[in-house]
Amino acid sequence: MSAAPGSLTRREFLTRGGALIVSFSLAPRILAASPQEAQNIGKEPVKEPALPGSLSKAPLLDSWIRIDADGTITVFTGKAELGQGIKTALIQVAAEELVVEPRSINLVTADTGRTPNEGYTAGSQSMQDSATAIMHAAAQVRAILVALASQRLNLPAEQLTVHLGVIRGNDGRSITYGQLVTGETLHVRANPQSPLRDPKTRGVIGKSMQRVDIPAKVTGRAIYVQDLRLPDMVHARVVRPPSYGARLISIDSARVQKVPGLLRIVRNGSYIAVVAEREYQAIQAMRALAQGAKWEERATLPQPADLYNYFQKLPTQDYIDLGGAADIALGPGSITSTYRRPYQMHGSIGPSCAVGLSKDGIVTIWSHTQGVYPLRDALAELLKAPPDRVRVIHMEGSGCYGHNGADDAGADAALIATAFPGRPVRVQWMREDEHAWEPYGSVMVSTARARLDGSNITEWQYEVWSNTHNNRPAPAGQLSPAWAIEPPFTPSAPKPAPLPAGGGNRNALPIYKFPNARVVHHFVPGMPLRVSALRALGAYHNVFSIESFIDELAAAARADPIDFRLRHLDDARARDVISTAAERFGWSQYRRQRGRGRGFAFARYKNYAAYCAVVLEVEVDRESGSIRPLRVVAAIDSGEAVNPDGMRNQTEGGIIQSLSWSLYEAVTFDTTRITSRDWSTYPIMRFSNVPETIDVHVITRPGMPFLGTGEAAQGPTAAALANAVADATGVRIRELPFTRSRVKAAVGL
Amino acid sequence: MARRIILGLLLVLCVLSAVFVAFAWRTAIAPVEPPARSTFDTALIARGASLAAIGDCVSCHTAPEGKPYAGGFPLHTQFGTIYGTNITPDAETGIGRWTLPAFRRAMHEGVDREGRHLYPAFPYDHFTNVSDDDLQALYAFLMTREPVRAETPPNDLTFPLNFRMLIAGWKLLYLESTGFRPDPAQSGDWNRGAYLVRGLGHCGACHTPRNALGAEKLDLDLGGGEAEGWHAPALNAATTAPIPWTADALLRYLRRGADETHDTAIGPMAAVVNNLSAVPESEVRSIATYIASVMGPADEQRQKRASQIVAKARGANEASGSVSEVQRQDAKKSDLAPQSNGAAIYAGSCAVCHVALERPAGSASGNALHLGLSTTLSLPTPVNLIRVILQGIAPADGERGPIMPGYAGAFTDAQVGALVSYLRATYTDRPEWTDVDRQVRKARQSFAEAPE
Amino acid sequence: MNLDINGKTFQIDADPTTPLLYILRDQLQLNGAKFGCGLGQCGACTVIVDKQPVFSCITPVSALQGRKIRTIEGLGTLENPGPVQRAFIEEQAAQCGYCIPGMMMRAQALLEQNPAPSKSDIRRYMNANLCRCGTHMRILRAVERAAAFVKDGGKGGTAG
Ligand code: FES
Ligand code: FES
Repeated sequence: MSAAPGSLTRREFLTRGGALIVSFSLAPRILAASPQEAQNIGKEPVKEPALPGSLSKAPLLDSWIRIDADGTITVFTGKAELGQGIKTALIQVAAEELVVEPRSINLVTADTGRTPNEGYTAGSQSMQDSATAIMHAAAQVRAILVALASQRLNLPAEQLTVHLGVIRGNDGRSITYGQLVTGETLHVRANPQSPLRDPKTRGVIGKSMQRVDIPAKVTGRAIYVQDLRLPDMVHARVVRPPSYGARLISIDSARVQKVPGLLRIVRNGSYIAVVAEREYQAIQAMRALAQGAKWEERATLPQPADLYNYFQKLPTQDYIDLGGAADIALGPGSITSTYRRPYQMHGSIGPSCAVGLSKDGIVTIWSHTQGVYPLRDALAELLKAPPDRVRVIHMEGSGCYGHNGADDAGADAALIATAFPGRPVRVQWMREDEHAWEPYGSVMVSTARARLDGSNITEWQYEVWSNTHNNRPAPAGQLSPAWAIEPPFTPSAPKPAPLPAGGGNRNALPIYKFPNARVVHHFVPGMPLRVSALRALGAYHNVFSIESFIDELAAAARADPIDFRLRHLDDARARDVISTAAERFGWSQYRRQRGRGRGFAFARYKNYAAYCAVVLEVEVDRESGSIRPLRVVAAIDSGEAVNPDGMRNQTEGGIIQSLSWSLYEAVTFDTTRITSRDWSTYPIMRFSNVPETIDVHVITRPGMPFLGTGEAAQGPTAAALANAVADATGVRIRELPFTRSRVKAAVGL
Repeated sequence: MARRIILGLLLVLCVLSAVFVAFAWRTAIAPVEPPARSTFDTALIARGASLAAIGDCVSCHTAPEGKPYAGGFPLHTQFGTIYGTNITPDAETGIGRWTLPAFRRAMHEGVDREGRHLYPAFPYDHFTNVSDDDLQALYAFLMTREPVRAETPPNDLTFPLNFRMLIAGWKLLYLESTGFRPDPAQSGDWNRGAYLVRGLGHCGACHTPRNALGAEKLDLDLGGGEAEGWHAPALNAATTAPIPWTADALLRYLRRGADETHDTAIGPMAAVVNNLSAVPESEVRSIATYIASVMGPADEQRQKRASQIVAKARGANEASGSVSEVQRQDAKKSDLAPQSNGAAIYAGSCAVCHVALERPAGSASGNALHLGLSTTLSLPTPVNLIRVILQGIAPADGERGPIMPGYAGAFTDAQVGALVSYLRATYTDRPEWTDVDRQVRKARQSFAEAPE
Repeated sequence: MNLDINGKTFQIDADPTTPLLYILRDQLQLNGAKFGCGLGQCGACTVIVDKQPVFSCITPVSALQGRKIRTIEGLGTLENPGPVQRAFIEEQAAQCGYCIPGMMMRAQALLEQNPAPSKSDIRRYMNANLCRCGTHMRILRAVERAAAFVKDGGKGGTAG
């Protein structure tokens, strides 16, 4: 992928010489995810029961794997590299089943012109969806190749061995994959069953492999969409409205015209942008345009001090996710606690960016979107063009952690490129655009009640209030630039995502066994601030709440928090993860020093995916209220571990990010505008306060399904922090984030 | 004869010394077992907490990255380095064995429990004004902190100042322990403010210039002083603030660390306002009321000038498309070499944040002050401007607050000088600073000696 | 205007107020330095000027004539990575990697000034740079490893 992926059009790709397999077939349209299905992201994909992973959406083997006469192996995935290391893991899976060296595999990621439609890269689903599909496709391709070799060599398949792309007979003759492939060989439908290799003979899967993308990243190769530089490219910047729903009254174009290099002022309703030859000229033009723009704004946001109250009073749609219609009568001796989290942002280090080209009736967009196909559909709707006139190609961006400004920047590129056709247009967001306009993680409130009988929880009731956690495109109304143009698009009505994955109720069901339990999801459709998917969705808050509450109950029962959990848990893998983390931390030998405390928390992500337990030790400075995380130990089981070091990397990252959210982060606003507009008004964790050590222990389950890793640590980390602070200070804090002033107020003098 | 005179003089000297020693001699106050927390009333502790914040005790009694109040902060003075002591109730290394009278004697007379004279870096010349009630609250607060075992490093002072006895002489000259006397002609608010400013707040310790013996010059009371290498601006009628301060603006500044038409707290003042953010608003309002009255009302001319400046700052567009035009025009005014041209540096480095009083919608960033409004630019010395350019304002751990990158690495001395002179000429109507280059070198050196 | 970047002289034609970052990326096609905030708050754009780490997003080119500018492209290549690059590869110190070039330049400046930094020296020095992926622990380890490489003459480690 050293050349810009966009330099090869699909037609060129199809007619590239040398390949013996020229047929290239996308999944039949009928099997592509519809926009409605795409909205159900996070939900376990609806599969045709027979085909594993995303093979159910794209059942033709050559949608996934292609082998050229020269032996080059190309693997296609509809998933995107977001910094999570998915490319490396997918290459490992393919190499394992094809029995080749990982380095001989060329992986092509999300591109509507080339790869299968796998919806979004989200919800820690990529291993479940794409790795599963590739693993099976690779095994089947190998089987086909072995069958071919058996014909060619006239030897029964049992007398053939496969090693590094060469099939060898027991008589010493051999033939390579490249020599075997012909015509339409792989243009066949996948089978439900695959001849997978015996997990005991793994050569690549389960071994830590250096990430394939890192060397280029540390040497300054053009990797990111931000680095894409097409011939004749120009630069654009958008002047975004000062607040949601602001209406443009007038602009002062004379002022902007003076800026050297200006090529075009784009105006469409309240949407204004500039195009210039050079990037800095575009910025100067944008500033001039901003300076002279007059807006009409409305105060549509709640009073910040009254946020939780206001939020809980908004109309709700109530869903009973567990238990009966009526409240459980808790009786005397019950305990009730309420937990809160504010709006929090993704805060990618690199603001969103896209490059668009409108030429010869085709609009091509290079984007770091999480879903090339859904974005293509949304852009087609936005541009009122048929979907096959729009191509979206994924290129990496800065880590996204969910639905950030990427898709919106894609819409900017589409709108500006069509207004300035013929030359590629690169548009990058400014820092304040990203901070103020990205969709945040929803504010949430939950109330937990329970009753103890001795050391056992007998009754349990949990209620959670939340906005949706998914406002992804398509449709076009989910793209913020579409709200400003004339006529505007409006966002579609939010819908709660159904369990088991859920949205605001993700992980709201207790994983522990209680005789009598009830869970209610109060879905709040009203969204004063723009929200969408932020890493782990509602699981962050629900695990924070439930695992804090379990500790409160353990304290009331005078029980050790870990023993107390184990008493209510019979899942063996869960127990394994818990005891591994506890042992590695040295839970039973722990001696508390003054001002310090330890906390434990556990969850199974989405209640059906990865198991993760986190133990951490903190030091709390009572005078300033500042919390210093000292030591973190985590254990994770996400099924068969493909790249253990990659899993550790992601889990360490999840822990630090969750600590940052939980210690510091809350989006600020006044009644009109977002006031968190940069890193001074939305501080995040810096080196000064990261823990001294983080140890992540990976438990692998060879042969078991891949469960995904990326989001498993967010909830447990927040709860372990809360529990550690309670242990250190004797005070329970139930509102995130644990800022100095909040801690100081709670801990008192 | 001569011998007799000498003998006589010696005798006189001996007698005087004896008298002085008798005067200077202080006995130890007997140690006690550290009092239990339960012996203090919670409301009293809370009042003490707020007083400790007003006194900014934590700044001088906390080592960099150390535990609060556990001492070890090096205060560099013209006489050497003095370390803030451990004032946690640790029995061995802190003030755990101090009684309330011992604490009162330290605060009012500058004498520790053992009877040693304390250096006036500990501002007992102000604390002597603190009422017994307030001392009691402060004592209750300090005696209920986490005791921290931490030996305070020995002071590093030049001879003969390492003889504490000499301090008694200093006190004879400069310590006036009459206590605070309210002015019945003024409001309660004003009097409370005066009491806090003159007493626990010890504003004069930094904001009043000092004489050769390190005592505040009373004739220049609050007329601008020095603190840890920074200039502490005048708080009296000598203020050079382009926009006259009001009690409201001072209140905002002291509570939030910045006021959008005046300044952002930098240097040692950042810690002061950080503490004040946690103090009851009424107390800070009193301080603001009193300081505003010491500054006095601005005359009509100053008011007029101020509204012009505000109007200009409101519509400022340096960061807009005409930047290079502005730069070209300004470059004409300056005869500096193009590579160190202050205007270009301003436009390329500063303008992105310091753009306008009211940010243009949709492109706002950085939230920094428009420089026309800044007191820092109109001070008699460039030292604060230079220091903040070189050092920046570091982000506080996870707290909202200004961030300014330091430019020590980005700019040469000549470039910093050019920028400083350009800013002074462009944004103020004050005379050129004359010692910019020397001050740049000096500031850079002081950072080199104490790397962050 | 002439700029000395990674030991080569580049003739550039730009408004003197243009921050270096845009010249590097847009005109010289050097991708290493990244735009993160444009405000001097995150360090994604860090380069070395003479011996110091500098935010290229807020440093105008007119201030840089006659001075030595270095970017990660000057630390080594894909084929032959330098010690800091090798250390980051070996520690797998990247997730999305967007912040990493800035981290490496800051680390390089630190190691040139202090070849044997303590853990707390490293933390303090790196504090100006933000990472959102939470790669901090690995970055800290990579800086330590790079210090070890530098100590044994840049010979240590294996190329990625
Ligand atoms: S991009 Fe320069 S510091 Fe953020
Ligand atoms: S690795 Fe992604 S921001 Fe640091």
